[in-house]
Amino acid sequence: MTKNWPDNQLPVIARFDVRYRNYLAPDGAITRPPPAFASDIDLLVSLYRAMVLVRAFDLKAVALQRTGRLGTYAVSLGQEAVAVGVASAMRGEDVLLPSYRDNAALIWRGVKLEEILLFWGGDERGNHFSGPVHDFPACIPVGSQAPHAAGVAYAFKLRREPRVAVCLFGDGATSKGDVYEAMNFAGVHKLPVVFVVTNNQWAISVPLRLQTASETLAQKAIAAGFIGEQVDGNDVVAMHAATTEAIAAARDGRGPRLIEAVTYRLGDHTTADDAARYRPPEEVQARWKNEPIGRLRAYLAGCNAWDKTKEEQLVAECQTRIAAAVERYLVTGPRAPETMFDHLYATLPPVYAAQRRDVEENR
Amino acid sequence: MSQVTLLEALNMALARAMTDDAGVVVLGEDVGVNGGVFRATVGLQQRFGPERVLDTPLAELLISGLCVGMASQGLRPVGEIQFMGFVYPCIDQLVNHASRLRNRTQGRLSCPMVLRVPHGGGIRAPEHHSESTEAMLAHIPGLRVVIPSSPEHAYGLLLAAIRDPDPVVFLEPTRIYRAAKGEVDDDGVALPLDAAFVLREGRDVTLISWGAMVRETLAAADALDTEGISAEVIDLATLKPFDENTVLASVAHTGRCVIVHEAARTGGFGGEIAALIAERGLTSLLAPIARVTGYDTVMPLLRLEQHYIPSVDRIVAAGRAACRFN
Repeated sequence: MTKNWPDNQLPVIARFDVRYRNYLAPDGAITRPPPAFASDIDLLVSLYRAMVLVRAFDLKAVALQRTGRLGTYAVSLGQEAVAVGVASAMRGEDVLLPSYRDNAALIWRGVKLEEILLFWGGDERGNHFSGPVHDFPACIPVGSQAPHAAGVAYAFKLRREPRVAVCLFGDGATSKGDVYEAMNFAGVHKLPVVFVVTNNQWAISVPLRLQTASETLAQKAIAAGFIGEQVDGNDVVAMHAATTEAIAAARDGRGPRLIEAVTYRLGDHTTADDAARYRPPEEVQARWKNEPIGRLRAYLAGCNAWDKTKEEQLVAECQTRIAAAVERYLVTGPRAPETMFDHLYATLPPVYAAQRRDVEENR
Repeated sequence: MSQVTLLEALNMALARAMTDDAGVVVLGEDVGVNGGVFRATVGLQQRFGPERVLDTPLAELLISGLCVGMASQGLRPVGEIQFMGFVYPCIDQLVNHASRLRNRTQGRLSCPMVLRVPHGGGIRAPEHHSESTEAMLAHIPGLRVVIPSSPEHAYGLLLAAIRDPDPVVFLEPTRIYRAAKGEVDDDGVALPLDAAFVLREGRDVTLISWGAMVRETLAAADALDTEGISAEVIDLATLKPFDENTVLASVAHTGRCVIVHEAARTGGFGGEIAALIAERGLTSLLAPIARVTGYDTVMPLLRLEQHYIPSVDRIVAAGRAACRFN
């Protein structure tokens, strides 16, 4: 007769923790002692300015799309703190591998506003990036940039370069093998790469609870053998702190990390989407209380570092900068049609020269 | 100069490329200690170390995606997929990233990677190990698809593929990995990509093939010769982009054309060659273009695979029929 052993007598062979990081409450109050850099008010102001700029830029981009002057566009309304917090923790020589909703990171890294407009306006020259020449363009097939990040980081490790790859993707991407395969490999080789999942609760119309049964997305790192941390993605101080730590560890040879930035997509998925079809307005309304910009503004105001005059000045500056970029974008004529062949290969195989001439003659 | 197998020639080319360029990295499943399931990478890890000859986790998508990331930073990754039936998880990376990284960044980033993929059947392997779906790869703009047919070509074309500044899928004819032997000088000299090879000159009919099928095609040319038919044999070698001029010049000369490939007929690459000749060589044709191909079936398991793969007899019959047509 077999003895019936209760399960609770089996030994536990492993336990894991997932920590949660937040410093600023939605009203701008301090929730726990902030990291040292938070005393650098100039830095916090620059983070604030970057978030305000991208929100205004998004508004303008949507207006351009609605009037037929831009293609489909993905706004980052409500999740500005993620991309800004991440990009501001990177060094110039690090490599960013962004998703399509991470314009704020590109802008921080030095990509020009008119380049972003050019890309979404349907012109590959927008991906030429006059600024960060090593950064990847925004990846559209969800999560497929994660293996690139591992490859980039492997190159850094092989050449003993103190550089870090930083890869951004959304909650939907964590359902793909691509992301797990990349994290798994990065864990095996302790690669200098930081994965950041922007958990904005929705993958177009599919809510997180239909995306995964796991309690956090951060814990996906545990299976890959490294630390996953959940961060308040609406708290730019927490995002900057978490990314800075993760990058420092990666640069130091301590391997990869996963940061789950918990935020909310206040807007539609793209200008081609209508989120009201699948999301009650009360839910969105409630989430507005948590958005990142007002929170930092309240904190800065509390430190006497921000006021109405500064705000008005900033809004005006953003409008001027955006208007100038829009103007440069709109006067940029399309490239000659036959140039669609020009970067296909390093040297165009002569066999395609006739096709190129065909385009030239028919334009 | 010594007699080597096609596999040994590949190994020689990899070792040469790794010696010449510290940026060349070999990666894949079992490529390190084990030297690859076919032994193409044998000895490389001992010579170049585990950082440059890298056993990856069992994840084909990852292998191709890692190559894109490494290549974007100036390395020259050479990924290995164990069998063509396992290449499909890589297609997303090849279509959406490798082949278009240069174009989508207007030349700012590029992707000088090679993905080595065994090609075709005839090795009595299990299911999913014997596919020949090169046409699907050859359809991808921005990619190169290369396939050698002899040890000499394997050496020279693999060196060329590794040195090429753009992504190359390098298909390896598994059936002749060990069956093909030839003299290969390890001189570091590459063969040209995008160029077909005229392996045999002839007067009456052009036989076009690539990879392992070149052997049967050459044997068919010998057999036709005994019947008084002089066949020209072209090894296409690079399928994307393919050497249209050599094909057209040969057909202009012979007036007849038989295309031989192991892949299924519909949508196979033979259709592309036939279309080219119909568009630009029609007036030189003295007979309809013929295709000798695998059938529009799943590649059968080992007991029937020899009935699927075009035989010398089928090629001879097609060549004979083309020459008798009037």
